[in-house]
Amino acid sequence: MTEPVAASGIGSLAWLLLALPAFGAFVLLVGGRRTDKWGHLLGCATVIAAFGYGLALFFDVLGQGPDGRTTELHLFDWVPVNALDVEFGLRLDPLSLTFVLLITGVGSLIHVYSIGYMSHEAGRRKFFAYLNLFVAAMLLLVLGNGFVTLYFGWEGVGLASYLLIGWYQHKPEAASAAKKAFLMNRVGDLGLAIAIFILFKELGTTQYTEVFARVGELSSAEVLAVTLLLLLGACGKSGQFPLQAWLPDAMAGPTPVSALIHAATMVTAGVYLIARANPIYNLSEDGRLVVMIIGGVTLLIGCVIGCAYDDFKKVLAYSTVSQIGYMILAVGLGPIGYALGIMHLLTHGFFKAGLFLGAGSVMHGMNDEGNIRRMGGLAKKMPITFVTWTLGYLALIGFPFLSGYFSKDAIIAAAFSMEGWRGWVFGGVAALGAGLTAFYMTRLFALVFLGKPRYTGLRSEDGREYHPHESPLTMTIPMIVLAFGSVGAGWFFESNHNLAGWLTPSLGELQEGHGVLGHGTVNILVLALSALGAGLGFLLFLRGDQPVERPARVSFPVRAARNDLYGNALNEALFARPGTWLTRALVFVDNKGVDGLVNGSAALLGGSSGRLRRLQTGFVRSYALSMLLGAVFVLGALLMVRFS
Amino acid sequence: MTPTYYLLLSALLFSLGAVGVLVRRNAIVVFMCVELMLNAVNLSLVTFARINGGLDGQVMAFFVMVVAAAEVVIGLAIIMAIFKTRRSASVDDSNLLKY
Repeated sequence: MTEPVAASGIGSLAWLLLALPAFGAFVLLVGGRRTDKWGHLLGCATVIAAFGYGLALFFDVLGQGPDGRTTELHLFDWVPVNALDVEFGLRLDPLSLTFVLLITGVGSLIHVYSIGYMSHEAGRRKFFAYLNLFVAAMLLLVLGNGFVTLYFGWEGVGLASYLLIGWYQHKPEAASAAKKAFLMNRVGDLGLAIAIFILFKELGTTQYTEVFARVGELSSAEVLAVTLLLLLGACGKSGQFPLQAWLPDAMAGPTPVSALIHAATMVTAGVYLIARANPIYNLSEDGRLVVMIIGGVTLLIGCVIGCAYDDFKKVLAYSTVSQIGYMILAVGLGPIGYALGIMHLLTHGFFKAGLFLGAGSVMHGMNDEGNIRRMGGLAKKMPITFVTWTLGYLALIGFPFLSGYFSKDAIIAAAFSMEGWRGWVFGGVAALGAGLTAFYMTRLFALVFLGKPRYTGLRSEDGREYHPHESPLTMTIPMIVLAFGSVGAGWFFESNHNLAGWLTPSLGELQEGHGVLGHGTVNILVLALSALGAGLGFLLFLRGDQPVERPARVSFPVRAARNDLYGNALNEALFARPGTWLTRALVFVDNKGVDGLVNGSAALLGGSSGRLRRLQTGFVRSYALSMLLGAVFVLGALLMVRFS
Repeated sequence: MTPTYYLLLSALLFSLGAVGVLVRRNAIVVFMCVELMLNAVNLSLVTFARINGGLDGQVMAFFVMVVAAAEVVIGLAIIMAIFKTRRSASVDDSNLLKY
């Protein structure tokens, strides 16, 4: 870790990165209908301007030596309260700038794509306002120079995600998916918040620089607690086991949202969090082991479920879950993996965004149909979508010399480079995941683009026939740009250790392990497994007689996968049901116990006062008698005290 | 002459007044009985002042007289008002203010 210096020159304008999209969101939300005509253009312009500034900043920082690449820009004192002194500042270092370029770059493309995709929507202006809000919050998340600013951005992207998942709010499944995402994210946010509390209590600060400099003062138990709580936060935001169930449901939102938020950027915030907190994770071997277990379990879960779904976007969503599992596994590896996790995050950002945009393009041309069993043979109808999607698909399954080949294989090789059982277990899981990935992606590819058309003679839900057609230029151009990224990004990052060297000031030197299997062996193994998976996929799903209706009688593994491997049932049994029982018990205690006590005392008072009331007879003389008796009584009592 | 007799007289007058208040129905009579009790108290106050050789009791007696005068004015006014509307001076008849 290099000590940050105060930002100067072009870096002192870094607040523009946050201000531009925030300004766009503000104008579009406050301006209302008046901005309907040009709202989408403003939305795109702010993000593209932010991207332009980000590029300029990137080249400026690249011109500095590795020691001068970490700068901080102090904006104002946010919470100056006694011991708690939270500064609102931006940390400009290789890690955050990498994210800035990813967010604004992919964000710009998806904004442009949305112009075409949302052109039939009445509330398109509001959609762009939310997208801008998301970009601003996400940039704050990665640029903030302390855990509190990170948390601010973290909640901001949660809000934007909620608003955008529930975009089709008239559909009950979209509304409930938005709520589900919000609630499950809360569970993770709680972990993140408690981790911040612990850091503040023990170290008295939440700024990265001071926390990381003094993290050695924490006891090992506290370090473990912080790592696990941060991991819980990462699990919530990144859709990792056991909080993975919200991400596939989030596909109820518009496709650009799925591409930008639920594939390329927001869901990778958990990976960013762990990579950013690397000085803490470096101290806890056990904490990192848990991270690796979570990543490994999740990547298998995602692959297995992805094999069984028939919804285009949900398969991609589970693919995202599984690929983020790879990233979490990578950052769990520690110094041999942080940079690899970030590299896979970037390449994944390109090809998964491209795949989602391709899916959106297909659905756009198919009356918003998402069921892949009703597609087939679309390659000829949508040539641009087909080519860009194929490149993304090949990149994802790790076809040699495309992006995924460099980034995913590097993670698997790093997993195998651990000593002992860990190397075998995690390396094996990651390699198996690569084979499964090839299988389910091939299934998707073959069912959608290859084979015979299965949509002829069918009608979509709104009663129209399917007439697949290519999408407009605003939609295809972003897909083409992303396809270039899918092809070349991995090679660019990998050659000369470009990315790892660039990230060294933030993440430390990328180390190499010498574990159970060497890099070359792993490479051949993964290629063989992927080829096996892809071959099996083609063999099974290129046959001419694919059923249009989903087969009802299937074996147990398929049934389990279709039910999300009972992830929802698990959550319900472990958390929802006991919660309901607790609520019922509390309601019972409230109704019978508390209410009984309150109502009982009220009834007692009411009844007795009703009887006491009878003393008020209205006869003056009886009052006089009672006064006399009272006076005599008081007098008697006084005398008794006096003479006893 | 010992002060005891005065106190006995005072107690006698007070008892007469108290019994009168409790047993008579006519508001005017009840009222006069109240006055009787007040004056019994005045008598005992003055007697005590005499016994102790101080002026406190006598001052208190004056206070009681002033308060009694004010009370007479208001009390009689109330009795007159009630008599005008209800044609009755019986305290048992004005019993509407009750449970």
